[in-house]
Amino acid sequence: MSIAVDDEHISTRMRLRARGWDGVTLLILPAVALMLGLFIYPFLYGFWLSFQPKAGSLFANYARFFADPYLYETVAKTLWIAVPVTLLNLLAAIPVAFRVRLMQRQRWLTTLLVLPITLGTVLVAEGLLNYLGPQGWLNRTLMLFGIISSPVKLLHNYWGVFLSLVITGFPFTFLLTLSYVTGIDPALEQAAATLGAKAASRFRHIFLPLLVPGLAITFCLSFVQAFSVFPSAVLLGAPAGPTRVISIAAYQAAFEEYDYSLASAIAMIMGFIQLAIVGGVLALRGLFYRGPAGGGKG
Amino acid sequence: MAISAFAVSDATAAPSMAAKPLSHRLWVTAVWTLIGFFLINLIAMIAAVITSSFASRWLRSWLPEGATTKWYFSAWSEFQLDDVLVVTFQVVFAVTALSGLIGVPAAYAMARREFPGKKLIMLLFLLPMLVPPITYGIPLATVLYRSGLGGTMAGVILANLVPTVPFVILVMIPFIEQIDPKIEAAARVFGASTLRLFTSVLLPLLLPGMLAALLLVLVRTIAMFELTFLVAGPTSQTLVVALYYAVFAAGVRAVQSIDAMAVIYMAVTVVWLIIALRFVNPAQIVTRAKQTKAH
Amino acid sequence: MTNNLNSFKTLRLQGVGRNFGALNVLKDLTLEVRRGEFIALLGPSGCGKSTALNCIAGLLPTTRGSIWLDERRIDTLGAEDRGFGMVFQNYALFPHMTVRQNIGFGLKMRGVAKAEAEPRIDKALATVRLESQAAKLPGQLSGGQQQRVAIARAIVVEPPLVLMDEPLSNLDAKLRLEMRQEIRRIHAGLGSVTLYVTHDQDEALSLADRIVVLRDGEIRQVGTPEDLYARPATLDVADFMGFRNRIAGVVTAQSGATVTLDVGGVALTGMTHGAVVGVGGNAVAAIRPDDMVAVGDGGDGLPAIVEAIEYRGRDYFGQARGPGDSELFFRSGVKLGIGAPVRLGAEPGKVLVFTGSST
Repeated sequence: MSIAVDDEHISTRMRLRARGWDGVTLLILPAVALMLGLFIYPFLYGFWLSFQPKAGSLFANYARFFADPYLYETVAKTLWIAVPVTLLNLLAAIPVAFRVRLMQRQRWLTTLLVLPITLGTVLVAEGLLNYLGPQGWLNRTLMLFGIISSPVKLLHNYWGVFLSLVITGFPFTFLLTLSYVTGIDPALEQAAATLGAKAASRFRHIFLPLLVPGLAITFCLSFVQAFSVFPSAVLLGAPAGPTRVISIAAYQAAFEEYDYSLASAIAMIMGFIQLAIVGGVLALRGLFYRGPAGGGKG
Repeated sequence: MAISAFAVSDATAAPSMAAKPLSHRLWVTAVWTLIGFFLINLIAMIAAVITSSFASRWLRSWLPEGATTKWYFSAWSEFQLDDVLVVTFQVVFAVTALSGLIGVPAAYAMARREFPGKKLIMLLFLLPMLVPPITYGIPLATVLYRSGLGGTMAGVILANLVPTVPFVILVMIPFIEQIDPKIEAAARVFGASTLRLFTSVLLPLLLPGMLAALLLVLVRTIAMFELTFLVAGPTSQTLVVALYYAVFAAGVRAVQSIDAMAVIYMAVTVVWLIIALRFVNPAQIVTRAKQTKAH
Repeated sequence: MTNNLNSFKTLRLQGVGRNFGALNVLKDLTLEVRRGEFIALLGPSGCGKSTALNCIAGLLPTTRGSIWLDERRIDTLGAEDRGFGMVFQNYALFPHMTVRQNIGFGLKMRGVAKAEAEPRIDKALATVRLESQAAKLPGQLSGGQQQRVAIARAIVVEPPLVLMDEPLSNLDAKLRLEMRQEIRRIHAGLGSVTLYVTHDQDEALSLADRIVVLRDGEIRQVGTPEDLYARPATLDVADFMGFRNRIAGVVTAQSGATVTLDVGGVALTGMTHGAVVGVGGNAVAAIRPDDMVAVGDGGDGLPAIVEAIEYRGRDYFGQARGPGDSELFFRSGVKLGIGAPVRLGAEPGKVLVFTGSST
C-alpha cells in the first residue's frame, strides 16, 4: 500500500519537530494570525492607502500635510507639549524613586499612583475640568494663601493638557523608574560608600550609568504616550488652537472629513515621528553599559 | 595630618550617624513635599468629582449648598447607562475571555519551545504594547469600517484584542517558564492523556498567573478609550466612551449629571482594580512582565 | 581630609548595640583589636554577626555604644569617611566598570592623582594575580576571579581595617580552600586588621588569630582557635566547635578540674574549665563524635543501642540511643549491627563538663 508515503509523511513531521515545530508550537498560530490581521495588515493597508489620495498625485496627502500650516503645525504643537511633559515627569520621577526605594511599605503609595493610570485620561480630564476651573478648589486654595489675586486660567489652553499629562504620566514614569531603580543591587551603593564615595558621587558613578538604559526605555514609553495625547487635548485644551495635536488632525480627517487616505497619511507621519525619536534615544542608549545591574553573578 | 583627622571627627561629633547634614535633610523634605503635593492634587481632583455629583447647587463657593442623589437618577436615564453598562460588560468580558483563550496557549508555546522565527514573533507581540493605540487605531478603524465591522460590537471587541492578547502573552511567559517542565513530563510518564494533562496538571498550575493577567486585562479594557472610541458606533459604546461624549457636549446636560456618570465609571473601575490588586503588585500594571522576573 | 590612619594601634568597640524596631539584634559588643590581627566573627546565621560588621563599616547606624580607632571616635562618621575596606558576600562589583576601574574606584574617590593611582592599581592586580584580566568587565569573570577583584578593590586604598562578609560562601569547596590561603597571605602583606564574618568554623579556625563567637547578638567567647577548639567556654560554643554529644548527668565528685558525673547509673569523668560545679548539681558533658569510642558490650561506658552505622574509610561512624533517650554519635573500629547493644566511652581529657541541664 502506501507505506512509502507514510514514511515520507512521518519524516516531514520528524524534521519539523526537530526544528521545534510540533503540536505545542502551533498554539501560537491564533495569536499570530490575530496580530497579523489586526495590527500588521491595517498598518500596511494604511501605508498603501496614504498613497491613494482623494485627488492628486501619489504623494498628494503628504504634500498637503507639509504645505498646510493647520496640519504641519500639529507636529510642533504636539512636540511642544509632549517633550516638556516627558522630561518633567522623568526628572521628578528619579529623585522620588530614589526615596521610595528606601520605604518599607511602598504598596499604599504605588496603589494610589496606579489609580490615575487605571482611571484613564478621560476621567482625569473630567476631574480637572472641575478642579482647575476658575471656581475650582485649586484656584480657591491659591487665592486663600494669597499666592494669586484672581483665578489663573488653567483650562482650555496649553496648561490644561500639560497638567492632565502630568497627572496620568507621572505615575507611569515613576513606576517604571522605580522598577529600574530597585533592580540595582543595594550592595553596589554600599560598596561605593565604603570606598569613600559621597551620595552625589554614588549617584553619578554607580546609579546613573546603570540606570541610563532603563531611563531611556522609560523616556521612550512616556514620550510615545504623551505624543499620542488625544482626549485631554480635546476636553481640556484648545483643540482648534495651541493644543491641536497631531492625533486630533488624524481623527478629524478620518471621522469628520471621511478622508481615510489623508487620515492614514497623518497616522503614518505620527508613527514615523515616534519611531524616529525612539530610535534616536535607543541609539544613544547603545553607548552605555546594558548588562545586568546586579553585583557579580546575578 | 593626624591633627586634621581629629578636627574632622570633632566637627561631625554627634550622638549617632542619624544626624545627616542639613542639605540632605532639605533634599529629603523637598522630595516628600513633591510626592505629597502630587497626591493631594490627585485626591482633591477625585474628591471634587464625587462632591459635585452629590451637589444640589454648587457655584462660587468651597462646598455645595446641599446634598442630593438626584443626579445619579438623571444621569442613569439621560445617558442610558443601563444600556451602556450592559454593552461595557459584554465587551469587557468577551475581550477578557478571548484574550485568555488566544493568549495563554500562545504564551505556553513561547515559553516551552524554541523555534526559528521566535524572536520575530516576540517582536510582533511587543509592538502593539509599545505603539500607542491612537497611532494604530486609525488604520485599524479604517480596515474595520471597510470590512463592515466598524460600529459593531464585534469590531469593538476585535480592536480591543490587539493590545490585550500580547499583554496576556507577555505576562504569562515568565509565569509559565517558572513552572518546572518536569512536572508535565512526570504526568506523561504516569500515563496522562493530553487533555487530562491540561485539565488536571497544567490548568491548576497556570490559574494564579491567568487570574492576575486576565484581571489586569479586564481593568485595562474598561478604561481603554482610544480604540473603542475610534471603532464604536452608537450601540456599541462602552462607559468610558459615553463619558467622553458627555464631557465633550458639556453644557447640554448639568455638570453634576456628568460628574455622577464619572463616579459610576470610577466605581466600576475601582471595584475591579481592588479585586485585581489582591492578586498582583500595583507596579505590575505598568511594568508588566518585568516585575515578575525580578527576584 | 587625611587618610593617614594606618598608624593606629587598636580598634575598640565599646558596648556597640543595634535594634531593629523592638528587636535587639546586637547587644553590647565590646572588643579590642590590635593592629595586624585577623579576627573572625563566628556564629550561626541570624546571630548578629553581619549586623556587627555593617555597624562597624558605617552601613548601619548603631543604636548604642561607640567605635574607636585609638582615641578617634569613628561611629559618628558616614561609611564614606571611615576609610575601611569591605568585601561583600556577593562581591558587589560595579558591573559597568572594568576590573581596573573597579579597583581604582576607591583611589578616584579619594582624589588620588592618576600618576600615583596607576602603580597602586597594578600592585593590587598583582597581589590578587589578575594582571591579565584588568580590561574585562566583572560579568566576564569566574566567581573566584570576581572574589579576587572584590578583595583587590578593598585593599588598594590600604585601609586600616578590612571587613569581609562571608566572602567565600558563594564559591565551590575547592576554590574556597584556595582562597583561604590567598586571604591569609594578603592579610599578612597588608599588616592591617581584618575582620572576617563567617558561619563556617573550619574557615574561622584556619584563618583567624582570634575568634569571636557570637550567638543571639552576644559575644559568647573570644579566644585563639586553639583555645576555642580545646576549651569552649559554654555549651553553645562547644556545640559550634563540634561537640555533638551532650549527655546530662548529676555531679557525684569533683577534685580540681576533674568532675565525675552519674549518667543513669554509669560514671562519666571529664574536665571543667570555668565555673565550679557543686556536687549534687546538674551538669552536661560534651564530647566530640571522634572522641567517643565504642568499647564493646560489657566494657566500662555508657550503654547504648546502635541505630545507624556507616563506613568512613578508616573506621566506622555510628549513631546510637543512649541513657535518657539521648542521641549519641561515636567512632568504632569494627562494624556493629543495627540494634546491637554497645558501651560508649571517652578519655576524661576529651570530656567537657558544663553546669546546668541539657537542652
